[in-house]
Amino acid sequence: MSVKLTEEMLKALPDARGHFGAFGGRFVSETLMDSLMTLEREYLRLREDPDFQARFDQDLADYVGRPSPLYFAERLTRETGGAQIWLKREDLNHTGAHKVNNTIGQALLASFLGKKRIIAETGAGQHGVATATVCARLGLECHVFMGAEDVQRQSLNVYRMKLLGAQVHAVESGTRTLKDAMNDAMRDWVTNVDDTFYIIGTVAGPHPYPLLVRDFQSVIGREIRRQAMEKAGRLPDALVACVGGGSNAIGMFYPFLTEEQVALYGVEAGGLGLESGQHAAPLCAGRPGVLHGNRTYLMEDENGQIIGTHSVSAGLDYPGVGPEHAWLKDIGRANYVSVTDDEALEGFRLLTRVEGIMPALESAHAVAYGVKLAARMDKDQMLVINVSGRGDKDIHTIAQIDGIEI
Amino acid sequence: MSRIEGVLKALKGQGRKALIPYITAGDPHPDATVELMHTLVNAGADIIELGVPFSDPMADGPVIQLACERALRYGTSLRQVLDMVHTFRSQDDKTPVVLMGYLNPIEAMGYEAFADAAADAGVDGVLTVDLPPEEAEDVAPLFAKRGLDPIFLLAPTTTDERIRAISEHSSGYVYYVSIKGVTGAATIDVDEVARKVAHIHELTALPVGVGFGIRDAATAAAIGRVSDGVIVGSVLVDTIARHQADRVELKRALTNLLNPMREALDSLAS
Repeated sequence: MSVKLTEEMLKALPDARGHFGAFGGRFVSETLMDSLMTLEREYLRLREDPDFQARFDQDLADYVGRPSPLYFAERLTRETGGAQIWLKREDLNHTGAHKVNNTIGQALLASFLGKKRIIAETGAGQHGVATATVCARLGLECHVFMGAEDVQRQSLNVYRMKLLGAQVHAVESGTRTLKDAMNDAMRDWVTNVDDTFYIIGTVAGPHPYPLLVRDFQSVIGREIRRQAMEKAGRLPDALVACVGGGSNAIGMFYPFLTEEQVALYGVEAGGLGLESGQHAAPLCAGRPGVLHGNRTYLMEDENGQIIGTHSVSAGLDYPGVGPEHAWLKDIGRANYVSVTDDEALEGFRLLTRVEGIMPALESAHAVAYGVKLAARMDKDQMLVINVSGRGDKDIHTIAQIDGIEI
Repeated sequence: MSRIEGVLKALKGQGRKALIPYITAGDPHPDATVELMHTLVNAGADIIELGVPFSDPMADGPVIQLACERALRYGTSLRQVLDMVHTFRSQDDKTPVVLMGYLNPIEAMGYEAFADAAADAGVDGVLTVDLPPEEAEDVAPLFAKRGLDPIFLLAPTTTDERIRAISEHSSGYVYYVSIKGVTGAATIDVDEVARKVAHIHELTALPVGVGFGIRDAATAAAIGRVSDGVIVGSVLVDTIARHQADRVELKRALTNLLNPMREALDSLAS
């Protein structure tokens, strides 16, 4: 059962306290409250500031290389035998993923606020690289927190960040992955709150982060709207994106929320299968709780302890999800589904083979589900898959699974 | 009058300052906690802050993170922590107990179920690190109805406007976080804390407890001079970590830490 959303309803969200219905909010220790309130105030002002928006748009064009193409995947469509499959090529952005849209925006905010020290958390390292990149460009000091486990798994990205001048801090606490990196980033922020700007990598965290990350990423959906009208003369029937924290998905979905006829599909990491418990699919198989500053769906045990997640894709390996997705799930506007590690790998191989495009393993989840969905749709229908990042970073993982040493 | 208010009033009447030790429930083992709470009382504690272990203690430094990990290794749950308080209460009905932790275990139990169970167990106050008053609208009336004191944090970054608003939502005492940072981190600037606490006293009539960075009798006395109580956490938890294998030695070490703080605080009264 879906609610018809209007522009007015969307404008009112998040509300003044950062809530999307029952989700979102600002659940942080008192030390950070003043900074978050300042950030909210300044962002709401800059959001309307033509100078700020012009700089953002220019950076997206000249530094990121936007707009990214909307590409008709002819062979994939033929192989699938259903709806026309189009790909939004976020993998062609500078640094190879959608992450940079957000880091450009937040780094610009940091500059406008006069903050010289940047911190960020990262899982697979994509957000860390995107943050280190914009810091290099703007001459900002950059510290990236990364789970010790991920530092080992993603040594290439660690080295990229170091080349870009960032300091990478290996986090040894907890499960030594993304959630613990975020804990340590928060701890650093509390300690250095006066001079530090925290660039959160996904559409989660305390208000106003889910708002500003969504705004910065919405360029994806706005471009799709325009490009679909130009190239196909119509809006798509369905949009498909992977969801870890959910920033590429919200950026794709948001400009279409009021278009009832456009079906939205967020694809979570099903890992070894939802029934195995070894997954990272809080919207499909979790329940609401509070972590990292917001109320949202979480992977937790019956006592409210956050549990370890599993996904072949490090970027989806997170126990929470953005609060706006939690809300879209509850009102029935978007559908949240999952595909397993194996299906995602299949999606990777398929797109690589028939289109010559290697998607990131995160994006391969969207490919895998998109293909299944397209097969069930009519041939005159149109479906867009967000290829949120490129797969170069995952070649080692894939080779390892194939038993090949590189 | 709540048990917390009663104790703090009585101390004030004697010109004394509250000594408020913190330990994490279930650390080093769930069966040690009640015994350690009694040890703290015997060593001079006026109020006990009992930490509820959480998998992601974002406001805590490494010492308390590890305490949470030790406690969670034995599956210490919020329900078990409430059982511990209940057991403690059967022998001590005077010392107030404040639960300190993060919101998610409380959410998982359900606000109403938690408020009932906490009141039944003999809990006196609840300090939820990641729950500012703005988000506490649902839970606050449930606490009030059962006589549980909601205790909120004030920080060096808290504006005057917020100090007033937060104090209005608090009862028992307010907890001033002496430094920008996590628990057990930096050494505190006593003069700076003194200035800020004096200012907080101008804005609220509630007693002010000060925590973060108090590790010995000297800092306890310096902070006690300007506040209504001192909260001591990481240095105790670190002691628990070092003596976890020997319960007798552990109790002696905790006592040896708290006794001089008690004396130093009481010497301020004379």
